[in-house]
Amino acid sequence: MTVQPALAVENVDGEITLETDTARRSGRRRIGGGDSKNLPLTIVLILSAVTVVVPLYVTVTTAFKTQAQAVDGNAFSLPAPFSVDGFVTAWNLTNFPAAFLVSALVTAASVAGTVVLGALASYAISRNWDNRLFRWSFFYLLAAMFIPFPVVALPQIQLTGLAGLDNPAGVAILHIMFQLSFSILLFTAFLRSIPNELEESARIDGASTWQTFWRLIFPLLAPMSATVGIFAFLASWNDYMMPSLITSDPALQTLPVVQAIFQTQFSNNYNVSFASYLMAMAPAIVVYLFTQRWVMEGVTQGAVKG
Amino acid sequence: MTTMTVPVRAAAGPKEATAAAPRGRRKTEPIYYFFLLPSLVLFTLAITVPAVIGIFFSFTNSIGFGDWEFVGLINYVAMFSDPAILQSYLFTFGFAAVTVVLVNVLAFLLAVGLTARIHIKTGLRTVFVIPMVISGIIIAYVFNFLFSNSLPLFGQSLGIGWMSESILANPDLAWVAIVIVTAWQAIPGTLLIYIAGLLSIPGDVYEAADIDGAGKRQQLLRITLPLVAGYVVINTILGFKNFLNAYDVIVGLTNGGPGTATRSIPMTIVTGFTGGDYAYQMANATMFFVIVVIISIAQLRLTRGRNEI
Repeated sequence: MTVQPALAVENVDGEITLETDTARRSGRRRIGGGDSKNLPLTIVLILSAVTVVVPLYVTVTTAFKTQAQAVDGNAFSLPAPFSVDGFVTAWNLTNFPAAFLVSALVTAASVAGTVVLGALASYAISRNWDNRLFRWSFFYLLAAMFIPFPVVALPQIQLTGLAGLDNPAGVAILHIMFQLSFSILLFTAFLRSIPNELEESARIDGASTWQTFWRLIFPLLAPMSATVGIFAFLASWNDYMMPSLITSDPALQTLPVVQAIFQTQFSNNYNVSFASYLMAMAPAIVVYLFTQRWVMEGVTQGAVKG
Repeated sequence: MTTMTVPVRAAAGPKEATAAAPRGRRKTEPIYYFFLLPSLVLFTLAITVPAVIGIFFSFTNSIGFGDWEFVGLINYVAMFSDPAILQSYLFTFGFAAVTVVLVNVLAFLLAVGLTARIHIKTGLRTVFVIPMVISGIIIAYVFNFLFSNSLPLFGQSLGIGWMSESILANPDLAWVAIVIVTAWQAIPGTLLIYIAGLLSIPGDVYEAADIDGAGKRQQLLRITLPLVAGYVVINTILGFKNFLNAYDVIVGLTNGGPGTATRSIPMTIVTGFTGGDYAYQMANATMFFVIVVIISIAQLRLTRGRNEI
C-alpha cells in the first residue's frame, strides 16, 4: 500500500516540473552570484528562434501577396498591396470546405476513439492485472510501437479496399490503432496512481463497474485524456502518408493530401498555394497555443515511460 | 512475477497496483472483457492480420492479386543484389544517422539555453515547439519553395555556384535539404525531453561545483552531460527509429529524386502497391520490420533501469 502514495507524488511532481523549474534554478544561481538574467544568451536564443519563424513568416506574407508580387522571387518582402485573392482562389481550387470537413471528421473520430478505447482497455487491464489474458493484452497492444505504418502499409491498403474501408473511416480506424499503444501506456501509468479506496467507496455506494468507470475513473483521467487527445489530434490532422495511400476517392482526401495539386498544376501561383498551406496548418497551431502545457508534458511522459 | 520485488518506479506495466492490494485471485467481472474487447479485436484486424498476411506473401510471387505460388526466400535473396533497394537502405540509414546527430546536438544546446536564467523563457519555449505541430508535408512544400526559389537567388547574388541552382535538383545535395527540414521538425520533441532531463538534475550538484571552482563549460561537460546520458540514449534511439520512417517530408521536398537519390525505405516499399512487385516489397517491409524491432529491443535494454531519471 505504501507504493501508491509515492507514485502519486511523483506523478504530480512530474506534471508540475515545467512550472517549478524557475524556482529551482533561481535557487541555485543565487549562490553562483547575481540574480540577473542572462541577456547575451537570451539574444542567442532569439536569433535561433528566427530559424523557426522564417518559414512561417514566408508562409503568411506570401499568402497575402498578389500573384504578381508572389512570383517576383523575393520571399521576405511584405505584401504590397495586401491581397486575399490567394485565399479565395485556394478555397475554390482545393474545395477547402470539403477537405476541411474530411480532415475534421477523421481527426475527431481518431481523438475520440483513441481516448475512449484507450481508457476502457487500460482500466480493464490495470484492474485485472492478475488475469493472464489482460496482462498479455497489455503487451500485445503495446507491440504496435514496434510496427511502423510502412511495414504493414501494403496489406492494409489491400484489406481496407476489400472491406470497403478505403475511405476516411478506414483512415480514422488506422489512426486510432497506431495511437493506441501510446494512450494505453499513459493511461495505465496514471491509473496505477489512483488509490483503490476511491473505487471501493464508490462500489460501497452501489455503483456498478460501468458507472464507476464513467462517473469516477474517466473524469479522473481527464489530464491524461487531454495529453492523449492532443497527440491523437496532431498525428491525425497532420498525417499525409496514410490518407494518401488508404483513401481511394480524391474527393474524400484530407487537407494535407489535397495540397498536392500545387505541385503538379498551378505550381507558380505561390500566393494561392501558401494561402492554402496556411489554412491547413493554422488549426494545429491554434490548438497548440491553447494546449501547450499538455503538449509539452506529453512528449516527456511518452519518452520516459515508453 | 519476480519483477515485483524490484523497486521500479515508472517501468511499463501496472504491476504495483495489484501487488499493493493483495486481494487474491478474484474472479474477473465479465464487463471488463467488454471494455478490453473492442481494442483487441480492432487491433488484431487492423494491424496483426495485415502484418501476418504481409509476411506470408513475402514468401510468394504475388503481384497483389490473382494467382501466386510459394517461392521460398527468393525475394529476400534478390533484395541483396538489387541496386534500388540497397540504395534506399544506404540513403535512409545515412540520412537517419546524420539527422540524429544534428538534432541531438542542437536540441541539447537549446535545452541548456532554455533552462538557464533568460528573459522571455516561456515565449521562447512556445516558439521553439511550434515546428512539432505542423504537418510534415506542408512545411516541406514551404521549404521546397525556399530551396528552389529563394536560396538560388541568394546564391546568385553571392556568386556561389552550387547555391545558384536549386539544391533539390542536385543529386549530391538534395539529402541536405531533407536533413534540414526533418531536423527543423524533430528538434522540438527532442528539446522537450532534454529540458525534462536538465530539470531533473538537483541544483545542489551545481552549488558544489561552484564552490569547487568549476567553470560553466566544465560544469556542462563534466556534470550536465553525464547526468542526462539516459536522455541522450532515449533521444538517439527514438529519433533514429522515427527518421528511418521518413516519408512525408521527402515527398514534399524531392519526391525521392533527383532520380532515386533520396528515396527512403518506406517510399520504396510503397512502390510495391503500383509497381507490380507486391511480394518483393513485402519482403523488403519484413526486413525493415526486423530492423525496427532490433532497434526497439536495444531501446528497451538501454533505457531499462534508467527510467528513474
